[in-house]
Amino acid sequence: MNSTDRTVPVDNYLTAGEPGLAGWLCTHDHKRIGILYAIGITFFFFLGGIAATLIRLNLIVPAGALMSAETYNKAFTFHGVVMVWFFLIPSIPATLGNFLLPLMIGARDVAFPRLNLFSWYLYVGGGLFTIGALLLGGVDTGWTFYTPFSTMFSNTHVVLAVIGVFVVGFSSILTGLNFIVTVHTMRTVGMHWFRLPLFVWALYATSLVMVLATPVLAMTLSLIALERLFGVGIFDPALGGDPLLFQHFFWFYSHPAVYIMILPAMGVASELITCGVRRRIFGYRFMAWSMMAIAVIGFMVWGHHMFVAGQSMYAGIVFSILSFVVAVPSAIKVFNWVATLHKGTIDFHAPMLYALGFVGLFMLGGLTGLFLAATALDVNLTDTYFVVAHFHYIMVGGSVMAYLGGIHYWWPKITGRLYPEGPARFAAILMFFGFNLTFFPQYLLGYLGMPRRYHAYPEPFQWLNVLSSAGASILAASYLMPLCYLGWSLWRGAAAGPNPWRATGLEWTTTSPPPVHNFPLPPVVNEGPYQYCP
Amino acid sequence: MSEASTPLLANRAIQFDDDAQQRESSVLGMWVFIATEVLFFGVLFVGYTVARVQFPRAFADGGARTDLLLGSIETGILLISSCLAALAVRDVRFGACRMASWLLAGTALLGVTFLVLHGIEYHAEYEEALIPGMRYHPSGHPARAMMIFFCLYYVITGFHSLHVAIGVALLSRLAWKASRGAFSSDYFAPVEVTALYWHLVDIVWIFVYPLVYLVGRSA
Amino acid sequence: MMSTTLQASSIAPDIDTLFNTMLVVSSIVVAGVFGTMIVFCIRYRRGSPADRTERKSSSLGIELAWTLVPLVLFIGLFGWSIGLWQRLQTPPADSAVIYIVAKQWMWKAQHPNGQREINALHVPIGQPIQLVMTSEDVIHSFYVPAFRVKQDVLPGRYTQLWFTATRLGSFPLFCAEFCGTDHAVMRGDIDVMQPAAYAQWLRQHASETLATRGATLFRQLGCSGCHGSQSTVHAPDLAGLYGNTVALSDGSRVVADDRYLHDSIMLPALQVVAGYAPIMPSYQGRIGEEDVLALIAYLKSPAPEAAHEQH
Repeated sequence: MNSTDRTVPVDNYLTAGEPGLAGWLCTHDHKRIGILYAIGITFFFFLGGIAATLIRLNLIVPAGALMSAETYNKAFTFHGVVMVWFFLIPSIPATLGNFLLPLMIGARDVAFPRLNLFSWYLYVGGGLFTIGALLLGGVDTGWTFYTPFSTMFSNTHVVLAVIGVFVVGFSSILTGLNFIVTVHTMRTVGMHWFRLPLFVWALYATSLVMVLATPVLAMTLSLIALERLFGVGIFDPALGGDPLLFQHFFWFYSHPAVYIMILPAMGVASELITCGVRRRIFGYRFMAWSMMAIAVIGFMVWGHHMFVAGQSMYAGIVFSILSFVVAVPSAIKVFNWVATLHKGTIDFHAPMLYALGFVGLFMLGGLTGLFLAATALDVNLTDTYFVVAHFHYIMVGGSVMAYLGGIHYWWPKITGRLYPEGPARFAAILMFFGFNLTFFPQYLLGYLGMPRRYHAYPEPFQWLNVLSSAGASILAASYLMPLCYLGWSLWRGAAAGPNPWRATGLEWTTTSPPPVHNFPLPPVVNEGPYQYCP
Repeated sequence: MSEASTPLLANRAIQFDDDAQQRESSVLGMWVFIATEVLFFGVLFVGYTVARVQFPRAFADGGARTDLLLGSIETGILLISSCLAALAVRDVRFGACRMASWLLAGTALLGVTFLVLHGIEYHAEYEEALIPGMRYHPSGHPARAMMIFFCLYYVITGFHSLHVAIGVALLSRLAWKASRGAFSSDYFAPVEVTALYWHLVDIVWIFVYPLVYLVGRSA
Repeated sequence: MMSTTLQASSIAPDIDTLFNTMLVVSSIVVAGVFGTMIVFCIRYRRGSPADRTERKSSSLGIELAWTLVPLVLFIGLFGWSIGLWQRLQTPPADSAVIYIVAKQWMWKAQHPNGQREINALHVPIGQPIQLVMTSEDVIHSFYVPAFRVKQDVLPGRYTQLWFTATRLGSFPLFCAEFCGTDHAVMRGDIDVMQPAAYAQWLRQHASETLATRGATLFRQLGCSGCHGSQSTVHAPDLAGLYGNTVALSDGSRVVADDRYLHDSIMLPALQVVAGYAPIMPSYQGRIGEEDVLALIAYLKSPAPEAAHEQH
């Protein structure tokens, strides 16, 4: 582990597998599939980002600066659909997860490599449908597809978009299935459950949610498509159907989906922080169990999206208390991350900065979640920019920061090259401030009562919107920077050696980039994770 | 890796250390997939329940217009087919590959019979004009509310038949492979896993049958 | 201060107290966590001479403390909020009812005395007002930030919210649930008036009352042909029906509330009264939600049949 060869080993998964484009498109290697996903995800991130840019530009002026109401509605729908299903949900699990899970448990590959490739093709196929819907004129329902607007009143390409999400849903189910089986059966000798790195625990909890929640979304969206095509009337009030039933089904998936997006980020942050601090994570077992608790309780709180939707007062009470309860494991995690810093030896390299940013932003998002869990406050705040700010703090402040932190941290392992540390630190810090400037004003907007999904708004809301748009331009710049310097490092970066961070974990015991089947010999584990000595 | 196990290497994917691990993975994978399927159909059953609570009469009337005889025969067929699938797994475990091949083919054939009978049902319903969105003019008063029953009926049985069709394809392929001696008492995971899937198809129908065919006739 | 943040209803100050309390609690937590992080980051940076001996990597006591303390705190906040939630959900008995019909993309209000308005709502100060709301098309949401109230408005059912305005003036009304192209301009004004001025406003624009209009519709639409007292058709008698329990042909019993009457007009096949043939035609697509509200108001009036006889 301590012999640092300064040249990238020739015999790695990038060079030694099947050659050429076909070698990539037909690969069964989890590492190559992870890279395929990374390419797709980056593409969709910037596609969704363009939509976000248009939205923020439009909102600089109260009357709407740029677009007609119709176009604006299509822009935020596209932004939501792409960012949720084609970026956030697959982001960490399908890229970093795919790449690292077998490495971290000492396996040669995931349990079902062909299925793994197939799920990437499903992802691409779903993406084509969604882009097709955009090219044909777009969809204007919002990413939530609420009935009866989506079934009876929208004249846009809802069916295409719904098929896109349906297909990509199966990609996420198959990824989840693959990960669950891999964690259960493919761990190497001595890798007990409580010796698993927390990132593996996070992926395992995420996979459970993917497998159990996504089918509900798939079937619900099929019902929407059938209702549009054949007049199947389950959600149609004109037939006596129940539009709220759709919301129950939708949030039964989409609330757990929030945990699909944030749990892997928690796992990444745990890895980054232990390495940055060079000591064991504080309260390993609590960290592992709290992730499982979030995954389980997360299935029981969907109704908190519907406090003012017309469900009964008593349903509101039950969902409210459960929503407070699900915040407890998240609180535990924040406290444990902070406690991990205690008596550590802290290096402020870029992954650590991202991880610290993640903890701070996740906490701000989580605390505002409590306001929304309190029914009486939710009445005023829901469907306003307060909610928009809240989930962007979790999803963008939390997940995206952790994703980028993870990309930087494992970049040497993935590519065999070191990225330039200076620009990386600068981008991380810029991102933190750009993010806050973009989304903190939105909390205030929500508090002032500005409803979400407004193409035009009353005059007094303007100055906060301008601030938010200004922040968005900084944020956009900070997202473009990694693209540049990471791309540069692919050709010009110094060779990384197997373990540039002197980190623990099986993935660092093999060469960078790893060979085709990961380890020359199956590794043997005889101690818990994170045995750092500073 | 012992000498004795090398001939079987052809059946073992590179990522697995031994046959036991491969078999365990396949079976667990299928169980996870079944959990997914249960939630997939669960949505439809919840939708059915909610709508039935709201329109008890229309559901009773709609249920009464389904074909009880064909429905019951289909139920019997699926139960027998599941039994054959289970026997096939047993036989292939004991190395009786040829017998297993016949049993698998029988299972697939029963699946086809199920699909044909259901097709006959659909055809009869088309003749009676009971297909909302396509051809729907039932006479009588509750026709409008009965639409929701029939919508759910087609969605549930349609998705179920899709699963049957996929099952038939898988079983036929296995029967062919088994007839060529592809499986042995050391390597039978594909048969076991496909049989698990076929039991899921069967169990879903066990829920569909009373909900669609029997409930309306209870009063 | 913006008109949206003014405390203009009786419940607004209590909601703001809870909000501000949570804000203070959250700020303390944020300050504590960020402060600790910063202190640790400085003290334990690489190269600092800080003492790093005797570090622990878990402690059951500490873990339990920061599991249970937040839990207790959260349950306290939950208890506080739930009291307010019940208040928000339960209109006082002496509330005046105003009907709201939402459609793409406007708010229509009907006062019981027949007054109608669009994208505006006049209410008296100090009087509890209960809004009974429905939608003609998609889901909308009635949101008055200054009152701290919001309620989704659904097609095919009635939802309600209530408030007591405590401040004179005009307050913005927003649609908060995305409802299509012009969602952003589906706005209005709530005008809070002195009771005397409100009474005068009602008189100025007075036309026939809602119940009277319902009575006219009852005749025009042919309802009276079957449900009238001289009718030869075997149809349920509607006099004094509202609020009573009705036995249905499937053996169940329901209370004849707004939703029941609405469904009986729009989806009559759903709930057929015991002892009657299901012969009532559906009025879906033939009349709008406003007319249904007028019919319901008529059926709710003390003696609908008697009122009908006078015409």
